[in-house]
This record gives sequence, C-alpha cells and structure tokens, in this order.
Amino acid sequence: MTDTPFDWMAAANKKAKGKRPEYFDDPEDERMLSILMAVVGEVSVLRERMDTVERLLDAKGTINRADIESYTPDKQAAYERGAMIREYIYRVMRGPHQMVQELEQSEPPVEEVSRELKEI
Amino acid sequence: MSNTTPTEQKLDVAPPYNAVAKHGVSPIASHDEIARFDFLANFNKFMATALSPGNKLAYDQRALPAFLKEHGREPKDRFEIRHAMNDDPFHKFWSALKRNSMEMRQQNGRAIVLRQIDELNAKARQYNEGRDTLELNPDIAVPRYQSAVDIHCMPGSYHGEELPGDISAGANYDCGIFATTGGGLGALTDGGGQALVDWIKKERPGWEPRRVLDIGTTVGHNIVPLALAFPNCEFIAIDTAAPILRYAHARAQSLGATNIKFIQANAENLSRWDDGSFDWVQTTMFLHETSGKALPKIIAEGYRVLADNGLMLHLEQPEYSDAMPLFEQFLRDWDAFNNNEPFWSSMHALDMKTVMTDAGFDRQELFESGVRAVVDREIFPEAPTGEDEDHGRAAYWHAYGAWKNADKMQEAAE
Repeated sequence: MTDTPFDWMAAANKKAKGKRPEYFDDPEDERMLSILMAVVGEVSVLRERMDTVERLLDAKGTINRADIESYTPDKQAAYERGAMIREYIYRVMRGPHQMVQELEQSEPPVEEVSRELKEI
Repeated sequence: MSNTTPTEQKLDVAPPYNAVAKHGVSPIASHDEIARFDFLANFNKFMATALSPGNKLAYDQRALPAFLKEHGREPKDRFEIRHAMNDDPFHKFWSALKRNSMEMRQQNGRAIVLRQIDELNAKARQYNEGRDTLELNPDIAVPRYQSAVDIHCMPGSYHGEELPGDISAGANYDCGIFATTGGGLGALTDGGGQALVDWIKKERPGWEPRRVLDIGTTVGHNIVPLALAFPNCEFIAIDTAAPILRYAHARAQSLGATNIKFIQANAENLSRWDDGSFDWVQTTMFLHETSGKALPKIIAEGYRVLADNGLMLHLEQPEYSDAMPLFEQFLRDWDAFNNNEPFWSSMHALDMKTVMTDAGFDRQELFESGVRAVVDREIFPEAPTGEDEDHGRAAYWHAYGAWKNADKMQEAAE
C-alpha cells in the first residue's frame, strides 16, 4: 500500500451528497455559471488585496507580504472595503438586477415605440 | 426619496470577516481567504435585498397568471407554487446563483480548514485528550436523516472525516456561517445562544437550572453562552456525529465553558438518563434536520427526562401556519430543495403545539416567542425581517416552549 499524501485542494472540492438540482435547460449552463461565479469571487479577492496593498503603502511607504497577511482594517476601512465589494457586486450583477427592474415595469418592445414615433 | 447625498449615505455592507473572533481551534484564514468570505457575505446580502424581490414580481406577473389559466384556480399549496416557479426564468437564475453561493461557501471553508488540518487536529487534541467532558461512542449509528444527503450542501455533513479522527466537519461549518448569514450571528456565531441567555434572564430572573440538556448541539454555538452564564450548572450536549463533537468540545474548552459534557448520543433514546433529570431541555435550529418519526420521539424523550417546573425550549424558523401566505411558505422552502434540507419543508408544516401536547404537555403550558440574535451591534448587523429577510437563514427565530407542570407545582406550593 502506498501512502498517498492528502491532497487538500482536491478534498476541498468534494461534492455534497444529494442530487444537484438542475436550473437550466442545458447542463453546460450549470457548469458555466459555476465557473463564472468562482471567477467573480476571485476578482473581488484580487481587488481587496490591491486595496490592502494601497492602504499599507499609504500608511508605511514600503511593505512586505507579512504586512498584507496580517492587515486588519479599522472600522472606517472595513466599511469602505464593504462598500467597494458592494459596488463591484452591483456592477457584475447588472444583468440579473435589471431582470428585477424589467419585472417592476413591463415595457413595450422598442419596435412598437418606433412605429408610434413615426406617427406623431 | 432619500435626502442624503451619496457620500453621506451609510450603505448596508456586511462586517469584515476580520471581525470574527478566534478561539482555540479556529482555522487561521489568509488575507485572500478572508476576502473570499467578505465577497460571499456581501453577495448573499445582495441576493436577499436586491434580487430576491424579483421572485414575487415574477410570480405575480407570470407564474400565477399562467397557473390560473392552466388550472382555473389558485395554487393550493407551496409545492404547486414551487413547480410553477421552477419554470420561471428569473426564479431559475436566482436559484442557480444562490446555489452557487452555497457551494462556494463550502469550497472556500473547506479549503481554509483542510490546508491546515494537521495543525487543527493537533490543537483539538490538546483540548480533548484525557478530558472526561468528551464522551464518544462508536456504537451510535448515524441516523438515515443525517446520512441521506449532506445537510446544507456541506460535503461530509456533520459526521464526515477527511482524515481519521479529524475535526474538519466542525471547523468548516463554524468558519463559514459568517458568509452565509452576512455576519448576522456575531463574532463567535453565537447570537442564538446569547439570545437564549438574555431571554431566560428576563423570563425567570434569578433562576438557576441545575442540569441542562442540549440536543443536536453540532459545534456548540448556542450552548456555550448559556454554560458561561450559568457556571454552576451542569450542561450535557449531545449529537450523533463524533467529528462535530470533537470540534465542539475543543471549542467550548478553549472558550472556558468547562461545565459542558459533550456526549455522542441519539436523542430518540435518552434511556441512559432518568425521568425528570434535567431542568432545561432544548434544541436550536435542529428539529428540521431530523425526520417525521424521529422528531416526536425526541420531543417525547425530552419530556420524560425533563423535571417538573423545568423548561423545554426549541428554536426554529417560523412554522407554516394557515396565516402565512403560500408564496412566503414557498420562499422559505427554498433551502429544503436547493440546499439539502430534506425534512425542512415537512417540519415547518408541523403543528409543534400538537407534537408537544402529544409528548405530555398541557396545552396551557405551551408558549411561543420571537427571539432575535444578540450580537455586538457596533460591528454586526441586525438581521432584517420582512421584505429584506433572507428567508430560512435570518438570525431571528421562533421559540416553542413549555414549563412542565408549572401550574401543578404552583398549586401544590399554595
């Protein structure tokens, strides 16, 4: 028997027991959204890391990796970073967000408006 | 219209993950791991406040009219609404996003825990080895209602192990609740337990229970605050899963709650404890993770081991009474079918008052109450209820309780 090392990265990806619901007609769409949302999350992580670097440079002029790892935002910085993430989420989620607005106000197709304008 | 300018507005953002308190077996998160949970906490907030209202609009404008046209009547229950909404493009997309957020939370939490699992196991051993306050029993089987699917899409559920004897299940569960609730449960994710402390001190000032039983304790979030508030009381916390108890015990010990004994046991059979041997028997957000036959057995056993004048208390999400609109029932049911909570829907349709009277309580002994998470409001938000509620995971619960034979005890004393 070989002593296989524990691959924590593979283990972190374990699927939960229980059949996954299907939300879309095409199963590939499920996978595409999973990848897309993971990337959406990672971009937010990069942005937060940049913010940490910028704040540390502002405060200290020079930094190292340990400074980044141990950085803890104060109350104001924490709020500003929360607002930054919120703004980012609103930007990338514009599509689904506008679906809600479409439901709030049903609108005629622009073709219809076009026909109307021709007549007035 | 708001009359503040954008720069003056206080936006509703999640507290930073840095505000989560550390205890003796907390996994240490790196900068980027913290940032992942910061993203998810704010994303879940966005889902609940900005997107979720679209579900009702889609229902009123599309799904309901289509249903009326096809059936010539209103939907008769939440299941018919769910089937109708599962075809709606908005609801499908919202559900797919929400499911992904749950899956990401699990992956992110497991990645933090599993990359340092050896260190975490070593920390836990320091608190667990040689202590008589942790009692594991390999004869306790994992019940079907815990093993059928992995509850809340948590790979391995409460009983899974990645390495023999590890604490990964508890550590992952504990570290990610912040992301799921947007920080609504406070620094130690114990806002429920803190609420119980506040509630009992107001309800029965000066009462000192001698012995308390916490059923389905998982990581012990809700029992540690009570144990610290009643240091002279003996607490027994049970669960069927050994891995979660190893973590719970180490966590409680490191927080100074040394008066809790964690025991691997199944609450359907409490025969090791005598009749009337506890002053308080409770569950918090546990009953929905049992089953149709197990739940009444657990309540009946709890009644048996409860002493006269003792308190039985269960915290749950609100039940689906006739007064609750079917659409709200449908929305509250989302976790049942999309987040692996297979008994959730049936449990919330149960009339808990009947279950409790069947177990032996008199109807006039029963009470119900709303309990809101108690957290440091300087940092952590109050969980919204109503329009902006994140249905199913709001830090606001419904308490079902009873004081056993309190009237008879009162009469006997007079």
